[in-house]
Amino acid sequence: MRLPDKGLVDRDHVLNFQFNGRSLKGFSGDTLASALLANDEILVGRSFKYHRPRGIMTSGSEEPNALVTVSRGQSNEPNTRATVQLLYEGLVAQPQNAWPSLKFDALGINDYLSNFLAAGFYYKTFMWPPPFWEWLYEPLIRRAAGLGTLDMAYDHDLYEKAYAHCDVLIIGAGPSGLMAALTVARAGVDVILVDENNLLGGRLLSEVEEIDNVPGHIWAADVTAELEGLSNVTIMTNTAVTGAYDQGTYGALERVGHHLSVLPEGLPLETFWRISARRTILCAGALERQIAFPNNDRPGIMTASGMRSYLNQYGVSAGKKVAIFGNNSDAHRTARDFANSGVEVVAMIDSRPGVSKTANYPIYSGARVVGTSGRLGLRKIIIEHDGKTKALECDALGVSGGWNPTVHLTCHMNGRPVWDPKLASFLPKEGAIPGMMVAGSAAGTMDTDGVLAEGYEVARITVKDLGKLAPNINLPKSDNSPYEITPFWDVGGAGRAWLDFQNDVTTKDIKQAAQENFRSVEHMKRYTTQGMATDQGKNSNVAALAVLADATGRGIPETGTTTFRPPYVPIAMGALGAGGSGKGFAPERFLSSHMATEELGAPMIEAGLWYRPSYFPQIGETHWRQSCDREVEMVRSKVGVCDVSTLGKIDIQGKDAAEFLDLLYINSFASLKVGRVRYGLMLREDGHVMDDGTCARLDDNHYLMTTTTAAAGQVMRHMDFVHQVLRPDLDLTFVSVTEQWAQFAVAGPNSREALNSILVNNINDETLPYMGCNEVQIGDVTGRLFRISFSGEHAYELAVPSRFGDSLFRLLLEKTQKLGGGPYGMEALNTLRIEKGFITHAEIHGRTTAFDIGMMRMISEKKDCIGKVMAARPGMVGEHREQLVGLRPVDPVKEIVSGAHLFEIDDISERKNDQGYVTSMCYSPSTKSVIAQAFLRNGRARIGSKVKMVDHLNGVETICEVCNLVFFDPDGGRLRG
Amino acid sequence: MRIECPLCGSRDRREFYYQGHATALDRPKPEATPEIWDDYLHNRENLAGITEDLWHHEHGCGAWLVVKRNTISHEILSVWLAKENGL
Repeated sequence: MRLPDKGLVDRDHVLNFQFNGRSLKGFSGDTLASALLANDEILVGRSFKYHRPRGIMTSGSEEPNALVTVSRGQSNEPNTRATVQLLYEGLVAQPQNAWPSLKFDALGINDYLSNFLAAGFYYKTFMWPPPFWEWLYEPLIRRAAGLGTLDMAYDHDLYEKAYAHCDVLIIGAGPSGLMAALTVARAGVDVILVDENNLLGGRLLSEVEEIDNVPGHIWAADVTAELEGLSNVTIMTNTAVTGAYDQGTYGALERVGHHLSVLPEGLPLETFWRISARRTILCAGALERQIAFPNNDRPGIMTASGMRSYLNQYGVSAGKKVAIFGNNSDAHRTARDFANSGVEVVAMIDSRPGVSKTANYPIYSGARVVGTSGRLGLRKIIIEHDGKTKALECDALGVSGGWNPTVHLTCHMNGRPVWDPKLASFLPKEGAIPGMMVAGSAAGTMDTDGVLAEGYEVARITVKDLGKLAPNINLPKSDNSPYEITPFWDVGGAGRAWLDFQNDVTTKDIKQAAQENFRSVEHMKRYTTQGMATDQGKNSNVAALAVLADATGRGIPETGTTTFRPPYVPIAMGALGAGGSGKGFAPERFLSSHMATEELGAPMIEAGLWYRPSYFPQIGETHWRQSCDREVEMVRSKVGVCDVSTLGKIDIQGKDAAEFLDLLYINSFASLKVGRVRYGLMLREDGHVMDDGTCARLDDNHYLMTTTTAAAGQVMRHMDFVHQVLRPDLDLTFVSVTEQWAQFAVAGPNSREALNSILVNNINDETLPYMGCNEVQIGDVTGRLFRISFSGEHAYELAVPSRFGDSLFRLLLEKTQKLGGGPYGMEALNTLRIEKGFITHAEIHGRTTAFDIGMMRMISEKKDCIGKVMAARPGMVGEHREQLVGLRPVDPVKEIVSGAHLFEIDDISERKNDQGYVTSMCYSPSTKSVIAQAFLRNGRARIGSKVKMVDHLNGVETICEVCNLVFFDPDGGRLRG
Repeated sequence: MRIECPLCGSRDRREFYYQGHATALDRPKPEATPEIWDDYLHNRENLAGITEDLWHHEHGCGAWLVVKRNTISHEILSVWLAKENGL
């Protein structure tokens, strides 16, 4: 029910919205919850387990009950808390967990079966017969339980992630947060002030008390205006800090677009922030808790402070006749405000005896609520006073069991909160988060004057800590009222009394857990699911502990508390993973020849993040093998061009470059002459092969190393390690130039002729012999030409600065096509190298040694190198090792499968008889046979013998001949020719 | 978590690659016993308390760092360049 002339909503700005299929009206400034209450929509959902009718309970992010599904265009967002969802024009919301309707829910039957559904019921009830669990019990339980339903369609919503840095992060903009922000801001340091709500002020927005003779919300607006005018202050509203992490890192969730009718293009729904702060002031305030009494979960029963918020901030009365039940002085403020607003207050029930107050409504001291009635909405409460019970008609009941300081963030790094008997609450442990101080209600200070003073004091300490001068500010004066509480948790008596409303946990469940010896608080939590729902038990955990403490005959401090973990509020997975969906998960790296390659219709294959052409189909070719075979034959007989820019390239310079390379590679590079290239092999320190590649000496103190595509990053890191950690005395520097150079293989008998048609100065065997390198001119462009080959043909690799890559590739296509050649892709490149017995990371996969791949003799006797000692240890060499050999099927039509295992022909094909495995295979057009590379135990000694290849997955068995690794041109005549 | 890179300043841990204990700084001589090499390469304490690790500022300046930190509290006590270790 909306009251006239109250609250901060904009009554000139009407908003239309829908709930449960009905069209309703609210005002700008409303939350969905306040607008529902204004429309007397008391029943908003059904509970998790018993499907009990439920209404709105709180006015904040801690809300356990009022979860709805908000539909926006194509997407449905379940479990939206109506209390934090700001109203917008056209909002459409649906209740959850009710079928067929909110008022008649078939599974409400569970409520009558509650004796069978107590804590741990499914562990006990659905035990037998065991197979029934999977196909009957679990699906049934899953259907009956649970909250909103996920929309299984693709999520079109946009999410973002962002980073922020500041000197001081202030979490919460209530009175203490605003006072702290003002103090810190005036000191001139960088401040980020974060608050969950859309307006700053915290509880001040919900109270009638004045600060410096103006209403609290006006004071808050004035402070906000000053802060907004300061360039060193960033204010983040609708943002909840979700977690505290090491070294002043905080996670925060900003609800960016949830309150807009229309999301502008590109605006995210939510942004997940990572905020790095030198100091933090936590001003998170406190949350009100409930008192357990029979049937305390009816729609219309709320927190007393929530009820007051709706009254004072939104001008909405939760009912026509209200009652308040509390154990502390704060509850009386709710009764007073309702009475002053002209709403009938039927009773102020205070569990504390001897409370005397003058009021124009009845105050029952030393009384308690012992029962309620009204299935779909509260109609009546039963109170016990002076030994008599009495029924009172009312449609709203505000309950206050006291306030819990919001200590959550202080517990995220293992800090355990400390029990304060006077406040009957847990307080944050001092220093629990390095760099964080706590002020205001979050620190247990409950009166407004105290809160303001503490915000100021803590801010001054923080400012001085940062080496700045703290400004002097006259503390404002408020209508202060002290907070007094006498703990009272559980009324007891017959009937179920709820603690955790979201997971339907009652005092009975806690007592049962204690009885069944789940006495530790962590066991109780898991057995009963207390505090395990999305609200994390924000308004129920402490009361549950108190009930457990009582049931086990211990005090609350001995009982302890469960661990608060991030996130403080639920976070959409979309926000945590923002930027990581689709191509964001694996960004694409394109070659400079990418466009030209696509124009030729080449299908792409991924190599890490790179996209490389698989093959270049020609008209009439319907299968990749046709294209691949043609490309191989083209390279062997004419000439082919292939972009090899993905290879890692590292430029190394300095007077000790040669000595450094000798430490990295197993073979010598100090002995390499200027203008020459050498193949090199690198080991890890544990003796296994890390990577291979070529290294060219461009000048006395200048080398250019290439690495494989796959290991480029690892090799760079390794080189940094070897230089900085092992040999910082060596004078050299190096840098990755992979992106800076485009490099093309030009391979085949006609390769030199093709190159000479574009080079300013022709090359020949004398100016550029096999394994030579030289600077060359292509028009005005200076490039580098290396006479190296990964195909076994007379071949070159030509490198130019990347910006010329596209035009060079097109030029090379034109020139080679004139000579009967053309481009070739990865399939042909792979076939060419297998024919020649060259290796890739399929062979040097991290468990192979130089001995295994037949390169043991390359390890120089004359020098130390990384991995040399370990490569020689027992077990790394010898007959028992699996050694790299060639394989060819005895029957030429048979296939060989990569990954298949090898066995002796007469052995059973099982693990203990395993002799090795196939690493690479292809059809070799040059030898007209399927060929393969494989690791075979003592393989080099078995050349000429036969083994059985078995692919257990596909059921393929092939008898193979073990042969030399080099299938084509074993003497290498074509390379040098 | 943030690490104070001596060259770049305070940076998020996502910029760093974690290697392992700073044992790797003291590479044995080639003629050292197999036991010494085994300890260097493989054997590590799993301690609760103060330790020194190697981190690589891979997405920053490329410096290898020695980070002295407490594995219980996650406090970082000091950070220095690996190439200046022992200087």
